[in-house]
Amino acid sequence: MISHARIEKNVILMLVLTLLTVSIGGLVEIVPLFTIESTIEKVEGVRPYSPLEQMGRNIYIREGCYTCHSQMIRPFRDEVERYGHYSLAAESMYDHPFQWGSKRTGPDLARVGGKYSNEWQAVHLVDPRGVVPESVMPPYGFLARRALRAADIAEHLKTLRKVGVPYTDEMIANAAADLAAQAAPDADVAGLLARYPKAATGDFDGDPERLTEMDALIAYLQMLGRLVDFSAAPAGGIRQ
Amino acid sequence: MAGDLDRDALTGKPTTGHEWDGIRELNNPLPKWWLYVLYATILWAAVYVVLFPAIPWFSGHSRGVLGWSMRGEFAERWAEGRAKQSEFQARIVAASIEEIRADPRLLNYALAGGRAAFADNCAPCHAPGGAGRKGGFPVLADDDWLWGGTLEAIEQTIRHGVRGSGAESRQSVMPAFGADGTLTEAQIADVAAHVLTLSGGAADDSANRGKAIFAEQCTACHGADGKGVAELGGPNLADRIWLYGGAKHEIAAQIAKPRIGVMPAWQGRLDPAAIKMLAVYVHALGGGK
Repeated sequence: MISHARIEKNVILMLVLTLLTVSIGGLVEIVPLFTIESTIEKVEGVRPYSPLEQMGRNIYIREGCYTCHSQMIRPFRDEVERYGHYSLAAESMYDHPFQWGSKRTGPDLARVGGKYSNEWQAVHLVDPRGVVPESVMPPYGFLARRALRAADIAEHLKTLRKVGVPYTDEMIANAAADLAAQAAPDADVAGLLARYPKAATGDFDGDPERLTEMDALIAYLQMLGRLVDFSAAPAGGIRQ
Repeated sequence: MAGDLDRDALTGKPTTGHEWDGIRELNNPLPKWWLYVLYATILWAAVYVVLFPAIPWFSGHSRGVLGWSMRGEFAERWAEGRAKQSEFQARIVAASIEEIRADPRLLNYALAGGRAAFADNCAPCHAPGGAGRKGGFPVLADDDWLWGGTLEAIEQTIRHGVRGSGAESRQSVMPAFGADGTLTEAQIADVAAHVLTLSGGAADDSANRGKAIFAEQCTACHGADGKGVAELGGPNLADRIWLYGGAKHEIAAQIAKPRIGVMPAWQGRLDPAAIKMLAVYVHALGGGK
């Protein structure tokens, strides 16, 4: 038996044993990363975020929405009764970084898309207590006054492609046009919807003249959780 | 390191042999209870690894002897909950408002379920109790209905929404009489003046001029008497209930460039029983027909 005293006095032995211990720990943490592919459910409909949604998502992260809102419906009956089908790994496979979270000062937002109208989302962001008296959410009216700065949107998509989001060359070439079309009231959105099915289109913030940060944020909120069609899911939920 | 000979003079206990500024560290054994708890947790970990999913490998992970999974357990709990509710759920979906009203237990169930669903899904726009909000979120507790106040009409509106993309969604669009150039600013002011007389306001010259324009432009949707046409979603203008404000300038603004609200469709998000219970609840808020 190697005694404690001997290990402490022999630096090479200590180094070897330390490496051994650390590599066991490392292995346990790293091996699951190789099996991630097999834990993502095979479901239809999940697509990369449209340029406007991606910008809205950036604003969501910038404003720290994740500090109060999770995007992760857990497989518990009470959560599914309230929020809808529990979240699937597949639904956040293009998230960099994911917004699951575990802190719910506000409600979970994983399926908030389409739950309320654009008007409500805009009114609520400007004055949360105007529509939800018990809310403790700060107001975000300034988003409606700030023009969306998105000149580098194509670069954003290229960067995301580098970390594994399957943006096509066509999506990147049309990034700026798609971004503008999604929030313009009467734009031709056929191309946008072909590239990004189920994207919410139209004016989001009540001001059709300008493309604001609020447009982007509401476009993002309105698609959350809507990509996978759960109407054909089995009664107990999708397993694997 | 610590030897039995290296003992603390005062307590007689062995020390580790480490010394800092003349202070030595006692080498007490770990408390027995603590040590046994540690061994017990190690043993439990070994048992857990066998029973539950624990070890990842390259094409998945160990399933465990019990075959337990989070989602499997959820499916059981879900089925349990649904089974407990099944008697009422099925009857709610099939029953008419008269049948629900005739059975106090069924009515109780529907109202309780409707209230819970309303609080999360509807109250953000329509306010708790259906009190409505300024700026286009209609009151549901009065007897003024944009799309009809029967149980069937309410259920239809909840299921398919208003001005959504679905084929059965309620659709109505008021033209922008000012922005489109159909009416001049003065004509719009006249129409607004006339609209105010419908709910008891005094008629003046302006209102009299507006009356003719109203008859020509507005009656198709709002009715000849201005009392609205629920089938078309034409609101009643003769009842002093206003969605976007009842001051003359607010009415004029609504004629010139109307604000038009959208209600989401709830079919697909809520199950048929929940939608029916919501309809029963909303119907009972005060104004159901």
